[in-house]
Amino acid sequence: MSELIENIEDVVRFPLPVDEEFVIKRHRIEPSGENIGKRICIVTGIHGDELEGQYVCYEIARRIRRDSLSLKGIVDIYPAMNPFGIDSITRGIPAFDLDMNRIFPGNFDGDMNEFTASMIVKELEGADLVIDIHASNIFLTEIPQIRINEKSEKELVPIAKKANMDLIWVHGASTVLESTLAYSLNSRGTNTLVVEMGVGMRITPDYGEQLADGIISIMSELGIWEGEVPKTKEAIVAYDADGDDVCYLNAPCSGIYMKEKEHGAIVRSGESVGKIIDPLSGDVLADIKAPENGMIFTVREYPVVEEGSLMGRILREKVLNGES
Amino acid sequence: MKETIIYSFKGLYRDDFRVKGYEFGSGGKSVCILGSMRGNEYQQIYSCSLLVKKLKKLEVEGKIKDGHTLMVIPCCNPYSVNIKKRFWSIDNTDINRMFPGYDKGETTQRIAAGIFENIKDYKYGIQFASFYMPGHFVPQIRMMKTGNEKVELAKKFGLPFVVLHNPRPFDTATLNYNWQIWETDAFSIYTSSTEKIDKISARQGVNAILTFLAKEGIIEYQGFAGFSSKVVESDKFISIRANAAGILDPMVKAGDNVMQGQVLAYIIDPYTAEIIQTITATTDAVVAFEYDSPMAYKNTALFKLIPGGW
Ligand SMILES: [Zn+2]
Repeated sequence: MSELIENIEDVVRFPLPVDEEFVIKRHRIEPSGENIGKRICIVTGIHGDELEGQYVCYEIARRIRRDSLSLKGIVDIYPAMNPFGIDSITRGIPAFDLDMNRIFPGNFDGDMNEFTASMIVKELEGADLVIDIHASNIFLTEIPQIRINEKSEKELVPIAKKANMDLIWVHGASTVLESTLAYSLNSRGTNTLVVEMGVGMRITPDYGEQLADGIISIMSELGIWEGEVPKTKEAIVAYDADGDDVCYLNAPCSGIYMKEKEHGAIVRSGESVGKIIDPLSGDVLADIKAPENGMIFTVREYPVVEEGSLMGRILREKVLNGES
Repeated sequence: MKETIIYSFKGLYRDDFRVKGYEFGSGGKSVCILGSMRGNEYQQIYSCSLLVKKLKKLEVEGKIKDGHTLMVIPCCNPYSVNIKKRFWSIDNTDINRMFPGYDKGETTQRIAAGIFENIKDYKYGIQFASFYMPGHFVPQIRMMKTGNEKVELAKKFGLPFVVLHNPRPFDTATLNYNWQIWETDAFSIYTSSTEKIDKISARQGVNAILTFLAKEGIIEYQGFAGFSSKVVESDKFISIRANAAGILDPMVKAGDNVMQGQVLAYIIDPYTAEIIQTITATTDAVVAFEYDSPMAYKNTALFKLIPGGW
């Protein structure tokens, strides 16, 4: 009988000013029997208010334990890369007002955040696959999707297709994004997928299970999993390096946005998708209509908008028809 | 002096969001000076207000030369200042990470676009900037090395230091970087503080700008001649970091001359007052930056030193 070897260990640990230690932890699960030596890393919590990945971390461990003989490689789970943020409902790193996903690859000789970022890169580098799970933000709900920088398209799209997501969005390169964890790892040759799904501050169990199915499927593809593989769906792929596949709905004025369509809804050009209302005057300030045929894949969840706020994104019909 | 609205939109329950500019002189777009972009940049607003007052007087006295329009924008973000929030009120984004902006994008992208559209054609662009860490600077002009930077011009401010640094990925979305890309000669001016008003340092910053304008033939002004600036590459700064975490007890200030081995600060155990680390200067130097917070995290850069003295 093969048993699992499980360890919870520190990725970093150092003292804080007043009687506390800063710590990031890893849960490693590996077989005691045959081990092909491959490693998959499940990462989440870089943005402290994005919690969808919390359930996925739990669910992957649960599924492996349920069928422990099927594991043939290493699964590393990192549920909280920004523990301060998770503890304080903060997207960035509290006390430093920094977006953690803008400081990679970090600097070993830098301040505690740069040091931490460098240790995270060192820890993950060389894995056969890293999956970095995000949850949009508190303002928007997203259908389950993987976002890929066009620079890594060739390596990542084939793997992403196994991940049981609804959408794969290949977007244009931008210099600002060069300081994300995914960019740092991909540019070092460590394949890293970025998942965006659901909404900030909440957990959507259906999405968590959908992604867990996808992760098991990828583990099977990598040879890390020999057990049963859930049936996975085929994602729509938007090759959108030129920014031509998606149209954006930005608020024309400030007000309260009342959405009328949920994410995933198919809409026709001219169809109403929501209203911006003014509770003070009782007026409708703007009727928001779909500018084109397509699918709403992002929808505003937080009702307060100001001029410019994103209310939704529509995937153009041609992409749904496979003409990206 | 002419007041103009650079950018505005209607708030739901708040007064309209407005970015206001003060225009002086006439003719071609010569110089634009910008104050705060973040909600905690009080010193930057204050410095601009002193400049507005000075330019108003110079204009009345006929000391702004023909063919030069000057614009001062004391604050790009009153919404954040008024609620004492560093970044944008609703989504916590930083306007100074949104340039050149996008007029059909999200709110802070639109603000950046609206401002940039109005200020991108000036010959000179000067921003009162702040550092991301709490602390005090020795007054300096900072420039990014984009290939368009003109160091000799920067020396004309007469501040003690001109600091050059290589752009990092996020810098490409700052105003200073985009100004340079659009061929404005762009300078970031650092006075000593951000969240607290330091009157002397603000006046020094204003004098530096007026001196620069006079040397460039834009105004008539007789101020203090200032320093013959020392040019330093930012990677030549020596960061003195804490190895321990605890309460910081600093012994020197930004601008001080220090000797090798001199005690710069102690890190003290917050519960027992025992010294847990003594921080000393690694070389004879000028203290260019001094961290200002009673709590020192491990690895925090407490001081930045420029080797040499003054
Ligand atoms: Zn995120």
